[in-house]
Amino acid sequence: MKNGKKRRYIIGFVFLAVCVCVLLAANICIGSVKIPVQSVLSMLSGNGGDEMYHDIVMQIRFPRALAALILGGALALSGYLLQTFFHNPIAGPFVLGISSGAKMVVALVMVFALSCGIKITSLTMIIAAFFGSVLAMGFVLLLSRAVDKMSMLIVAGVMIGYICSAITEFVVTFADDSNIVNLHNWSLGSFSGITWSHVEIMATVVTACSLFVFLLSKPMSAYQLGEVYAQNMGVNIKLFRIVLVIFSSILSACVTAFAGPISFVGIAVPHLAKNLMQTAKPILMIPSCFLGGGIFCLFCDLLSRVMFAPTEISVSTITAVFGAPIVIYIMVRQRNGGI
Amino acid sequence: MFEQEYYFQTEHLTVGYDGVPIVSDMEICLKRGEILTLIGPNGAGKTTVLRSIIRQLRPIAGVVMIHNMSMEKISAAELSRQMAVVLTDRLRTEMMTVRDVVGTGRYPYTGKFGILSKKDHQIVEDAMKLTKIMDIREQIFTKISDGQRQRVMLARALAQQPDIILLDEPTSFLDIKHKLEFLSIIQRLSREKKLTVIMSLHEVELARKISDKIACFKDGVVDRCGRPEEIFTEHYLSELYDIELEELTPDFQEVVNTMDKRGAFYIG
Repeated sequence: MKNGKKRRYIIGFVFLAVCVCVLLAANICIGSVKIPVQSVLSMLSGNGGDEMYHDIVMQIRFPRALAALILGGALALSGYLLQTFFHNPIAGPFVLGISSGAKMVVALVMVFALSCGIKITSLTMIIAAFFGSVLAMGFVLLLSRAVDKMSMLIVAGVMIGYICSAITEFVVTFADDSNIVNLHNWSLGSFSGITWSHVEIMATVVTACSLFVFLLSKPMSAYQLGEVYAQNMGVNIKLFRIVLVIFSSILSACVTAFAGPISFVGIAVPHLAKNLMQTAKPILMIPSCFLGGGIFCLFCDLLSRVMFAPTEISVSTITAVFGAPIVIYIMVRQRNGGI
Repeated sequence: MFEQEYYFQTEHLTVGYDGVPIVSDMEICLKRGEILTLIGPNGAGKTTVLRSIIRQLRPIAGVVMIHNMSMEKISAAELSRQMAVVLTDRLRTEMMTVRDVVGTGRYPYTGKFGILSKKDHQIVEDAMKLTKIMDIREQIFTKISDGQRQRVMLARALAQQPDIILLDEPTSFLDIKHKLEFLSIIQRLSREKKLTVIMSLHEVELARKISDKIACFKDGVVDRCGRPEEIFTEHYLSELYDIELEELTPDFQEVVNTMDKRGAFYIG
């Protein structure tokens, strides 16, 4: 029995790793210009390869694919942390309005900076998004004290999301013409326009956060059992809750800063990962959520680019199509006492 | 000082919520391996007392001492190796087998990533044997019966290798067979392993049989505390639970009378 479990974990992780590799390759090779796998491989190994493909791969598709992988992972992990925090499988940065809060503050900062002619760095964007996340999260937490029902909390979160989106739309409408197009794309959720310097920063922030979160897997496993039991086992509940909120905010802020709000990944992926691994142990869930989130976003980004090529649709549309049914399924199952 | 022989003590302990006392000035002392049962009507503060002892609530005044050391001075990590709990709060588990659940009790002893060693697995297995749940060890925790679940929770607490264990109404949802089995395990543990036990029970008859000491909670104080035979004097039970004979039908008046004379009263 124990060995059977171990085998399942190994098979699960191998499956995830293979998916990551295949989808990374697919995201680089497939598009308006089809690029053979061999020339990509020779390019990456430094053997030159085709000159004409070089820029497409190295300047556009490769950073974009990496961004989808990293940010997708961050998003899934952020959702997983929130689900742990609220002891509820349908909590996530998007439904609780946290992504929209981040989006609003980023839009405000961007429009303000652009009108003053200041160039903003990606780090500023992350910080702005973090403030937005924490702001929205603060509202949600305040509300969670007033309403004890999770369903009401989700409704409140969705409302916060709408308010923030409305403010964002308002700001975007009155922004300078030339910037509207970019801002508009971003505010719907998209991985386009990612550069290597973006990738560097997001990789640093997300990797550091994820590693730290992984180190928290032990107290997290105790916290999952319920606060009282966790406390009896020596977990500092207050501190732990604060840490959870901060890290889930940083992770989702990072995503929003670079790719805008992306829906449902934070709920759907942890659920799928749990079923793949047949366990809810954080030590396994954290890495599998990260990989799963990456896979989910790579897949959705690929679809968003090629489905109606050359028109690109927002990645959030695709993630919603796949993610929302899963959320509905979880809610129905929860109602029936399945969990 | 004679105090030193006590393992567990409370001094002028006053507990409650938001500074409003629910139970005041509690003085209780227990030797190692003794069983203390808290009885009294609903809302008399038994749970509040238990929650204060496990440090989930800050006492309003007074101290709780273990080994003559104030519990305030014991670190959370150290306390988790000495004190375990079985509460009425539902344990939230997902996709966990009984063995996994019992394994969570090893938390205070495992390393940075909480991975169980061979020794940990052995202790988990011993705890499961003591509570007689070996046959269901690979079943999913959420799918077992209430009686089994309570024994799993006890095994989980035992895996923590505590010196003292606190249980909040551990027999409430069990039928009579499971109540008796559960309390037998507790009694055996206290006698054979010198485990100190503090629990609240509704079943006074059972409390009388199992307890070394009983504390009766009424109107915000410990009304009586001592050995069962000292406590249950004639008519004390109908006094403790405010039973008004004239409101009962003759059949139940008779029940109260016989029980009261014997000094025990079965409710539950």
